Amino acid sequence: MRRMINWRPPPLVAVILGALPFVILLGVYLIASDIRQTENPNDKLLPPPAAFADAMARMALLPDPRSGNILLWADTAASLGRLFTGLGLATAAGFVFGLAMGLLPLAGRTFSPFVAVFSMAPPMALLPILFIVFGLGEAAKIILIFIGVAPFMMRDMALRVAELPPEQLIKAQTLGASTWQIFLRVAAPQMAPRLIDALRLSLGPAWLFLIAAEAIAATEGLGYRIFLVRRYLAMDVILPYVAWIILLAFLSDYLLRKLQQRAFPWFQKEKA
Amino acid sequence: MTEISIKNLCKEYNDAPVLRNVNMEISGEEFCVIVGASGCGKSTFLRILLGEIQPSSGEIRIDGRPLPPEPGPERGVVYQRYSVFPHMSVLENVMLGPGFAASPLLGRLSGKRRRAAADEAMHYLREVGLDHACSLYPASLSGGMQQRLALAQALIMKPQILLLDEPFGALDPGTRKDMQDLILRLWRENRMVVFMVTHDLEEGFMLGTRVVVFDKIPSLKDGNENSGATITYDIPLNGRRKPCD
Ligand SMILES: Nc1ncnc2c1ncn2[C@@H]1O[C@H](COP(=O)(O)OP(=O)(O)OP(=O)(O)O)[C@@H](O)[C@H]1O
Ligand SMILES: [Mg+2]
Repeated sequence: MRRMINWRPPPLVAVILGALPFVILLGVYLIASDIRQTENPNDKLLPPPAAFADAMARMALLPDPRSGNILLWADTAASLGRLFTGLGLATAAGFVFGLAMGLLPLAGRTFSPFVAVFSMAPPMALLPILFIVFGLGEAAKIILIFIGVAPFMMRDMALRVAELPPEQLIKAQTLGASTWQIFLRVAAPQMAPRLIDALRLSLGPAWLFLIAAEAIAATEGLGYRIFLVRRYLAMDVILPYVAWIILLAFLSDYLLRKLQQRAFPWFQKEKA
Repeated sequence: MTEISIKNLCKEYNDAPVLRNVNMEISGEEFCVIVGASGCGKSTFLRILLGEIQPSSGEIRIDGRPLPPEPGPERGVVYQRYSVFPHMSVLENVMLGPGFAASPLLGRLSGKRRRAAADEAMHYLREVGLDHACSLYPASLSGGMQQRLALAQALIMKPQILLLDEPFGALDPGTRKDMQDLILRLWRENRMVVFMVTHDLEEGFMLGTRVVVFDKIPSLKDGNENSGATITYDIPLNGRRKPCD
């Protein structure tokens, strides 16, 4: 009898196993929904698939009578705009500060303690301050995402730079490199694929901060919509919206992974 | 001709002496092999020569001038591992040094000068037998090929001194033999002083024009207590092999 740790499912079995939890979840929902619908056709808690289709057709295809916008797309555009602005700023700051902190003892001594302390501040506790200072507009939400994600990225980059073998930095110096040239040609290019890893890990927290900020103060956005329709127990809108958010997050993660494989082929080889 | 003079060199790490009163004179393009027990300070000695760390006392002069306190292009190095850059192709690795020299801002060459540098880099790659692999990444190279690349990358800078810290330590015996022939040929052709640390005495005696042995000396006063290593033997060898002038 082979040990379990040595038994690898054949490809087809692996696909079936991977799909199984999804199928079970779906099956359980459909059965539970059906039971509730037969008891009470007006039940709002577990709507049947047709209700989702109706609600989504309303949200994604017809303009909202009050604003004239098609809500799903308006919400998606607003949320992704905030998310990517915040993440973009955090990534840029993480790259520049993290590399500087990891590469230059002077910058490390100056910023590391500050970043280490500041990264312990719960971003949600700072949100009221952001609303007070920046108002209820876009800035506060973007800054919340930035504050929530940037310290992690800076620290992660600084650690990754410190992991570069010291031999490499010495070798570069024996090839005549200046500090700037080492940054530009040795450290930064090797950190770029690792920055993508850090960005992928930050997607989850960034969505969390985005939805939280939108739930508290916004006039559009995916998080705003979910919390708005909660008042009417509109599960037929909430559940598809959640699925849509999951899809967006999954797609961004997938695209980042593909980008890393395409743009940095050496990184895959080095890891293998 | 390179003159290196090392006088009363001492190195301590947090009061623990590692090197003690190392003296050495080198004149001309010697191939100096350094042997000694593990942990006796051979790598420390090379790192001081490289300028990576500073001696606690004593002085080193090259051609009469004090050793620069930082690594620089006049002193090349090849380690046992991590001597090449994993994110660059073989050719890019060799062109890196010339790129640094030519462009302070971008650290890379373009246009006509790039083609000239690529030609020169290919020359060194042919020298070490890697011209066929010029577009590969280092991760696709074998251990021996990576060390050849590291040599080409160092040699294109035309260093006055080349420091090798167990460069063949991780290679199989056959590859090792090839690399020994290669390093001897490169040393003859490129007119430089080589310092090479090895644990293989046979290799040391075959390659060197000089073999220096580092060994711990028990302190005279405190009996057994360790007081750092120094050169206990300095054996001239293979005089005939000196590069002809
Ligand atoms: N940065 C450091 N701080 C404190 N002690 C150190 C440091 N680097 C080396 N040492 C100590 O100095 C001694 C000499 O180290 P070194 O690496 O020079 O030995 P080595 O002769 O190269 O040994 P090996 O043959 O194993 O490579 C060792 O005892 C080591 O523990
Ligand atoms: Mg050593």
